[in-house]
Amino acid sequence: MASAHSRMRCGEFRTTYQADMTIFPTPLARRTAVGSVLLLLAAPAVLDSYLLNLLIQIGYYGIAALGLNIVVGFTGQISLGHAAFFGFGAFASAWLNGTTGIPVFFTIPLAGAMTMAVGLIVGIPAGRIKGLYLAIATLASQYILEDFFARAEWFTGGSAGAMANPFTLFGYEFFTDQTYFYVVLFYVVVMYLGGANLMRTRDGRAFVAVRDHYLSAEIMGINLTKYRILSFGISSFYAGVGGALFGHYLGFVSAEGFTLLLSIQFIGMVIIGGLGSVMGAMMGTVFMVLLPEVMEFGVHLVGSNNTALTQALAYIKEMAIGLAIILFLIFEPDGLAHRWRMIKNYWKLYPFSY
Amino acid sequence: MTDQTPILQVEDIFLSFGGVHALREVSFAVRPGELFSIIGPNGAGKTSMLNCISGRYQPNKGSIAFKGQKIIGMKPNARCNLGIGRTFQNLALFNHMTVLDNIMVGRHHLMKNNFLTGPFYWFSGARKEELRHRREVEDIIDFLEISHIRKEVAGTLSYGLRKRVELARAVALRPDLILLDEPMAGMNLEEKEDMARYIIDLNEEWGMTVIMIEHDMGVVMDISHRVMVLDFGRKIAEGLPEDVMANEQVKTAYLGVGIDNDDEPETELSAEVG
Repeated sequence: MASAHSRMRCGEFRTTYQADMTIFPTPLARRTAVGSVLLLLAAPAVLDSYLLNLLIQIGYYGIAALGLNIVVGFTGQISLGHAAFFGFGAFASAWLNGTTGIPVFFTIPLAGAMTMAVGLIVGIPAGRIKGLYLAIATLASQYILEDFFARAEWFTGGSAGAMANPFTLFGYEFFTDQTYFYVVLFYVVVMYLGGANLMRTRDGRAFVAVRDHYLSAEIMGINLTKYRILSFGISSFYAGVGGALFGHYLGFVSAEGFTLLLSIQFIGMVIIGGLGSVMGAMMGTVFMVLLPEVMEFGVHLVGSNNTALTQALAYIKEMAIGLAIILFLIFEPDGLAHRWRMIKNYWKLYPFSY
Repeated sequence: MTDQTPILQVEDIFLSFGGVHALREVSFAVRPGELFSIIGPNGAGKTSMLNCISGRYQPNKGSIAFKGQKIIGMKPNARCNLGIGRTFQNLALFNHMTVLDNIMVGRHHLMKNNFLTGPFYWFSGARKEELRHRREVEDIIDFLEISHIRKEVAGTLSYGLRKRVELARAVALRPDLILLDEPMAGMNLEEKEDMARYIIDLNEEWGMTVIMIEHDMGVVMDISHRVMVLDFGRKIAEGLPEDVMANEQVKTAYLGVGIDNDDEPETELSAEVG
């Protein structure tokens, strides 16, 4: 008699509810995720500074993009002030570390918490208004915070900017790209696991319920005002942590870096990646960070001695971002995450796709 | 039904939208364990009445007491915590969530994990709690026979199934009083029979008090304990199904003024009502 093990499994079968509630739908998906993190651990040893710099950018922008996806994608509210929260996190961490001497390791989550407090205040209008009106209210918060960065010299150093000390742990400085990469990777893994967990538990479901049908969400016992504002708070926490990582990476935070354009780019990331998808936020960030680099590479490939083309490079980069957002809105409004699911489903049933 | 203290006491409800009087001086009481139906022609104010109870509308005058507690002025989510659940006439599912998640949302007010403990799923006890509620939800899924679609996205389901998922979500709230707004609208005979069975089971085995709005008179007369009839925002009759059916005013409401003196409409009425 053949033992159970000798029979080939013809599918993924779960026998407990616990196995049915995992973050990764299949063991293969989990192994792939763990494998890619392990692979990334080896990245500083093999990649040059240029590529590492791109990966670090993807890391801190990715954390902030997940935050924006929580408010825009999961809760269905618009926020045009995400860059300002990102900036606030950067200043807050530099300021905390500079004035109190708390190690950077702790000031990063503390900066997240401070940004969350600001986000909760800014989110108060969201308890009452929706759609275009909320867009304008968040736009106002973007400009108010930008103005605050320029004027609050005690906090941001005003127009001169603020110095941010390098990340230290047990006296060891993570100063180079090679070492700082691990810091960012750690935060990305923690924040993304946290985000995925949040979205499969009570409050995450409440966010989606508020987005999908707020009237029936309220009948289901969900306090609309609380969750609409809380969504802004959590989103700002992510932005703050991302911003703090950004600040300590550059070592210098300037008040001019957190404009509306960056807010729009964050929105681009979540639209391209996929609204309402945790991994989508990361995919969109990768796309948005790499797109200008690919454009640059392409321009150099076509004609590095064509001065007209190289001079237009800055415009080409900007236009490519705009074009990408438009093309995604038309052809793949559900984003890269959706496309990825389609590809997986296709191969799951290949070659019998019915 | 022997318990005579009402679980829901509605007194002199008056609701108007501008010049339109949706409800006028409506009073009724529902006893614990009762299956109470509200019927009436279109625009009679039935759904408005449910909306007043569940909290979507605040009536202009009158009082509503649930388990002896005044609930006028309370928000819908607070009423849900007290034990009032409902379904909607026009589907109100969370269309992008799976059926399972939809029903899990119904457990919201019974769960404790939040944005601080949720992210630490494995360490904070959130997993344990989610599992416990998942088991409860699976009981409901079994009871309503929707286990084959539990991973489907709600927005992709057929109308009849969505209605059933909506019922499952309301049951997941574990309400003491469940308000069903036309649970059988748009269903075929077989689906209606299933739905009637579920409603009777909810009432008899799960011990829920039911207030139901339904246009299918056959179902209403068969399964209701008591029936209330609304017409133009006024209560025109209340009582046992057979008494209500024999009521002259009810016949007038359904067939129009002046016809009830003829002999002919009697048969028409029984065709429509019976």
